[in-house]
Amino acid sequence: MQYLVPRRPGRGLARGIPAVLSVVSAFLIWEIYVRVSGISPLMLPAPSRVLDQIVQNRALLWDNTVPTLKATFAGFALSLTVAFGLSVVLDFMPRVRRALFPIFVVSQTLPLVAIAPLVVLWFGFDLTPKVLIVALVTFFPMLVALVDGYESTDPEIEDLIQSMGASRVQVFRAARFPSAMPYFFAGLRISITYAVVAAIFAEYVGARAGLGIVILNAKNSFRPDLVLAAVVISSLLTLVLFAATALLQRFVLRWRDVEGHR
Amino acid sequence: MTLLDLQNLSLTLGNTAVLDDINMHVAKGEFVSILGPSGAGKSSIFRLLTGALPLQRGSITCAGEPLAAHKNGFAFMPQRDALMPWRRIIDNLTLGLEVQGIARQDARAQVMPLVADFGLEGFTNHYPAQLSGGMRQRTALLRTIVQGRAVQLLDEPFGALDALTRTQMQSWFEARWQTARWTTFLVTHDVREAVALSDRIYVLSRRPARVISEITVSIPRPRLGRPPCAQAHAIEAQLLETLLNQTGE
Repeated sequence: MQYLVPRRPGRGLARGIPAVLSVVSAFLIWEIYVRVSGISPLMLPAPSRVLDQIVQNRALLWDNTVPTLKATFAGFALSLTVAFGLSVVLDFMPRVRRALFPIFVVSQTLPLVAIAPLVVLWFGFDLTPKVLIVALVTFFPMLVALVDGYESTDPEIEDLIQSMGASRVQVFRAARFPSAMPYFFAGLRISITYAVVAAIFAEYVGARAGLGIVILNAKNSFRPDLVLAAVVISSLLTLVLFAATALLQRFVLRWRDVEGHR
Repeated sequence: MTLLDLQNLSLTLGNTAVLDDINMHVAKGEFVSILGPSGAGKSSIFRLLTGALPLQRGSITCAGEPLAAHKNGFAFMPQRDALMPWRRIIDNLTLGLEVQGIARQDARAQVMPLVADFGLEGFTNHYPAQLSGGMRQRTALLRTIVQGRAVQLLDEPFGALDALTRTQMQSWFEARWQTARWTTFLVTHDVREAVALSDRIYVLSRRPARVISEITVSIPRPRLGRPPCAQAHAIEAQLLETLLNQTGE
């Protein structure tokens, strides 16, 4: 008989120690190098200087983080909705899947550098083009994950529920959709790391405000310290979003934790 | 009284003839086994009954009505337990009732009184991965029984278990069956299991499968948990010889 081994919170922290150590030592080496070599801060600012810039420019950074976050969330919400809706349609209509899938693949081959300015040209400097670009970049990994996830359903489970007289909708809800969840979260985690970067890129191409604009202006005025300050903020945003998905995954897929601790 | 009647079933999948003129019947409260070599098409008969394969030739009637009108006369238990790993045990047990459109609360109320009998008390909130193979199999069996269908179709229900657990499960199952008398149709390739549990046994040939022998087992129950009697030995020997003559090249 196997019983559930409760997760000890201390173990998760202990597992994080090597990661924290490696990040801290990378910054330390960077800091030491800048101080010892005496390189100009216009070439390479030390981490301490970047940190100082974040504190000094916190109002500016905050004001420009909000629009980036808005674009990220709106774009991601749009892409999640479209990906899920499409995945259901494609699952119920295999013929449509074969017809449409090449289009989705092509959508991923478009170079963002070329597409983003066009989207801005068509939709202006407001929120819309940024939302569209975030959605374009993030929707494909989630769609593929969902479609593959439905296909991964254990055929024995599907046979069983069909033998119970289940309709196609019941099969989807009770068997195919839950089977896809591990795949979906794999796709979600990839997508979420692209989301903030895509929003910043869209701003960089043309916007009134946002972290992309901060980076653009700082670059044009030869302020690498401020560029890096904005980069740090954007990384933090991505990390927070990634952690949030990991937490959500832990909750939705808690049956897998149980399995792992047999 | 004949509850389930299969007449002149033939089945061809692709270019392979799988079933050839199969005739079988199961009476109410009877335990009937299909015994045959691996890959003979035993499971195909069940797939015809559950509708996973379309009926090509022959007829299936359940309680006098043709299969189409009686599509849900059967509860099916696959060889591997096919429990949904993301559902707790209680939610796996109620799956069939949910599919029938019974509200979750009512379904649970219907299942809970049976949980103790199946040795699952205190485990209803566990996930399948937390249970032993025997418990998972009992869960799968209870999930089959609670659907309240006329005939239970068991496809090698103990085949995936280790030898010791299998023996325990067979004894337990025999005891449960003696009190409940579910009309049961069992597919197996285990001769001893067929003799221990069945009222009647159909022996299938190699593919394309035909019924080559039908044996009535009238040994008094319980048959397990005591040394097998001479009669059981004789039937087992006879079945083995029939099967070996089939598989021997």
